[in-house]
Amino acid sequence: MSQIKVMLIDDELEFTSIFSERLILRNFDVIAVNKVEDAFTKLRETLPDVILLDLKMPGMNGIEMLKIMRRFDPTIEIIIITGHALGLDKEEAVSMGAFDRLLKPLDINEVIKTIEQAYKKKNLEQRFLKNNTL
Amino acid sequence: MNITDNKTTQMTGLEYYRLFIKKMVILLVIFSLVPLLLINTVLRHYFLSSYSDKVMEHMTELIQKHKQNIDNFLQERLNNIRVLASSNSMEQLTNEDFLKKNLDILQKEYDNAFVDLGIVDINGIQIAYAGKYKLVSANYKDSTWFNQALKSKYYISDVFLGLRGQPHFIVAVKKQWNNKDYIIRATIDFNTFNSMVEKIRIGATGFAFIVNKTGQLQTRNMYNLQTINGTSVLDFLNKIDLQKEDVHAVQNLQYRGKEFIFFIVSLKEGQWRLIFQQEQGDAFSELYKARQMGIIILLCGSIGVILIYYLMSRKMIRFIELSEQQREKMNEQLIESGKLASIGELAAGIAHEINNPVAIMVEEAGWIQDLLKEEDFKDSENVQEFSRSLLQIKLQGMRCKDITFKLLSFARKTDPRAVKTQINDLIEEIVKLSKQRAKYSHIEIKTEFEQDLPELMASPSELQQVFLNLFNNAIDAIGTANDEGMVSIVTKRTGDTVLISFSDNGQGIPKSNIARIFDPFFTTKPIGKGTGIGLSICHGIIKKLGGDITVSSEVGIGTTFELTIPLFLEKDTETPLFKEL
Repeated sequence: MSQIKVMLIDDELEFTSIFSERLILRNFDVIAVNKVEDAFTKLRETLPDVILLDLKMPGMNGIEMLKIMRRFDPTIEIIIITGHALGLDKEEAVSMGAFDRLLKPLDINEVIKTIEQAYKKKNLEQRFLKNNTL
Repeated sequence: MNITDNKTTQMTGLEYYRLFIKKMVILLVIFSLVPLLLINTVLRHYFLSSYSDKVMEHMTELIQKHKQNIDNFLQERLNNIRVLASSNSMEQLTNEDFLKKNLDILQKEYDNAFVDLGIVDINGIQIAYAGKYKLVSANYKDSTWFNQALKSKYYISDVFLGLRGQPHFIVAVKKQWNNKDYIIRATIDFNTFNSMVEKIRIGATGFAFIVNKTGQLQTRNMYNLQTINGTSVLDFLNKIDLQKEDVHAVQNLQYRGKEFIFFIVSLKEGQWRLIFQQEQGDAFSELYKARQMGIIILLCGSIGVILIYYLMSRKMIRFIELSEQQREKMNEQLIESGKLASIGELAAGIAHEINNPVAIMVEEAGWIQDLLKEEDFKDSENVQEFSRSLLQIKLQGMRCKDITFKLLSFARKTDPRAVKTQINDLIEEIVKLSKQRAKYSHIEIKTEFEQDLPELMASPSELQQVFLNLFNNAIDAIGTANDEGMVSIVTKRTGDTVLISFSDNGQGIPKSNIARIFDPFFTTKPIGKGTGIGLSICHGIIKKLGGDITVSSEVGIGTTFELTIPLFLEKDTETPLFKEL
C-alpha cells in the first residue's frame, strides 16, 4: 500500500510537530500546516488524501475551511479534530461533509484507524468516479 | 452595589411600605368615619327634633283633652245646679225633702260627685240643706266663696276645708226670689274630682295637679313638690304667662336633681291651672333609647371599621413582607443562576483551552512511547516503569477529556423542541460517552432495554441532559463507596408510560436529604464539586413532559431514580402504539 498523504492543519506548532512525527513514524506522508493561508496553498500544491483539520483556527472557522476545501476537491476526506467536546457533534460534522470528528486529546490508534478508513472510502469513490467517466 | 447597601435599601423599602400603609389606613379610617359621623349626627338631629316635636304634640293633645274633661266636669256640675235652680221655685228649693230628693237623683246620676245641696240667703245663713253634714243655719257670711258667689251669677270656688274640715269646693248659682238674692250651692266631692286629675298618668313619672291663682294646690299633694331656684314649684309655675286656651310647655327644668318637663294649661276660665309634670327621661324614653342605640351603632361601626383596616393593613404588610422575601430569594436564585451561567461559559472556554495543551501532552507522551519502541531500550531496567508512566499520562489526559465533557453538559444550549425520540438509543449514546469515565472508576454498566420501545415526543437534548445527569450522579455516588460498582439502567413500558430506572450500588442518600433532593441549589457535594442544579433541572424537564421522577435510596446499599414519562402527548401524532393496536 502506498503512503497515505495526510495534511495536518492546527494552529499549534507544538501539536503539529509532534503529531506529524508520530504519524510519519507510522508510515504516513504528513504535511503539517499552522496557518489558514498556508493550508490552502499547500492543499493546491500537495493534493493530500486525507486532511486532519482543527476546528478552531485563528482567522477562519474550521467549518468554513471544510466547506471551501470540499468545494476545491470533493474527493479529499476531511477529519475534524477538536478540543471542544460539545461544540460540534459527529452527526453535524458528517452532515457538513467531514468524514468524521475526533476529540482532542487524540488516541493515535483511533486516528490511524480513521485515516485508513477515510483513505479507503476516497479510493472507492475515485474508482467509482473513474468507472463512471469511462 | 455591595450586599450591605442592598440590605439597607430593602429595609428602608419595607419601612416605606409600612409608613405608606399606615398613612393609607389613617386616611381610609378618616374617610369612612367622617361620613358615618356626619350621617349619624344629621340623622340623629333630625330624628331627635322631629321625634321630640311629635312627643310634645302628643302630650299637648293629651293635656288639652284632660283640660277639656276637667272643664266639662266643672261646667256640667255647675249646669246641674243651674238647671236645679231655674227649673224649680224657691219654695220647692227651700223644702228640705225636695232638696234631698234632688240630691239623691244627682248623686245617683253623677257617681256621688255631689256631697250636699244648700240654699244660702243674702246674709250668709243656710236656710235649707240636704246632705250628710248638719249644716242647717250655718253662717257663710264671712266665707270667701259666699262673697264671691254673690258677685256673679255662677261661681265655682277653690278647694277649701270650710266648716266641715274636709277638702271640698262649692258650685254656686245666684237666684233672685222676692227681690232678694239667694245662693243655691252644691258641694262637689273632692275625691271624685281629685281622682279625675290623678287618673292623668303618663309613663312612670308623669302626673298632673291643679293649682289656683294664688298657687295653692287644688288636688292632693302626692308628690312632695319642692322648690325650683329658691321659689316653690307652684309659685314658679304660677308666674308663667299663659295664652288663653293653649298648653304651655316648659322643658329641661332642673329640679330635684333631674330634668323635668311641665305642661301648663288654664282651667276654669283662668282661675285654675292644670299642671302636668314628667321626668324628661321618662317622657322621651323611646327617644333616649334610640339615641343610645345610635351611639352604640356608631361606636360599633367605628370600632369595626378601624379593626378591619388595622387587620387589613397587617395582612398587607405581611403580604408585602412575604413578597419582599420571595423577591430576595428570587434575586439570590438569579444571582446563583447567573453565576452558574458564567460558570458554564467559563467551563466551555476552559474545556477547549485545556484540551489543546492536554492533547500536546498526550502526544508528547505517545512520542516518547514511540521512541522507546524504536530504540533498543529493552535492556534498561527502568523501561517498564517508563512505559507505565507514559500510559498513565495518556490515561489521565483522556480523563481530562471526560471531565471537560461533563463540565460542558451544563453549558450546552439545549434544544427544547420535541421530536420523536427513541429512549433506548439516547441512553445507549450516554453510556457510550461515559464508558471511559466508568472504566476509570471500575464501574460496570448494565443495561436492560425493552426492545420495540415506542418513541416519545420529547426534546432529545433535554432528555440527554437528564440521563447524563442521572448517570453522572450514579457514578459519583459509587465513587469510592464500592469496589465493585455497578450502574444498571432499565427501560420498560408499563401501559401508557415508559419507565426508566437508574440504579447504583453507591453510598445512598440519607433520609433527611431525600425530601430536598430536587430543590434547586441543594447539594451535598463539597463546594466547587456540585452546583445542586442537576437534579432540579431533571425534575423540571420530566415534569414538563407530564412525567414524574422519584427516588428511593438506602444508605450503604444504593439509590434508584425512577422516571415515568407518558407516551404520545400529542394526539395527532401517528404513533407506534396505535399501529400496535
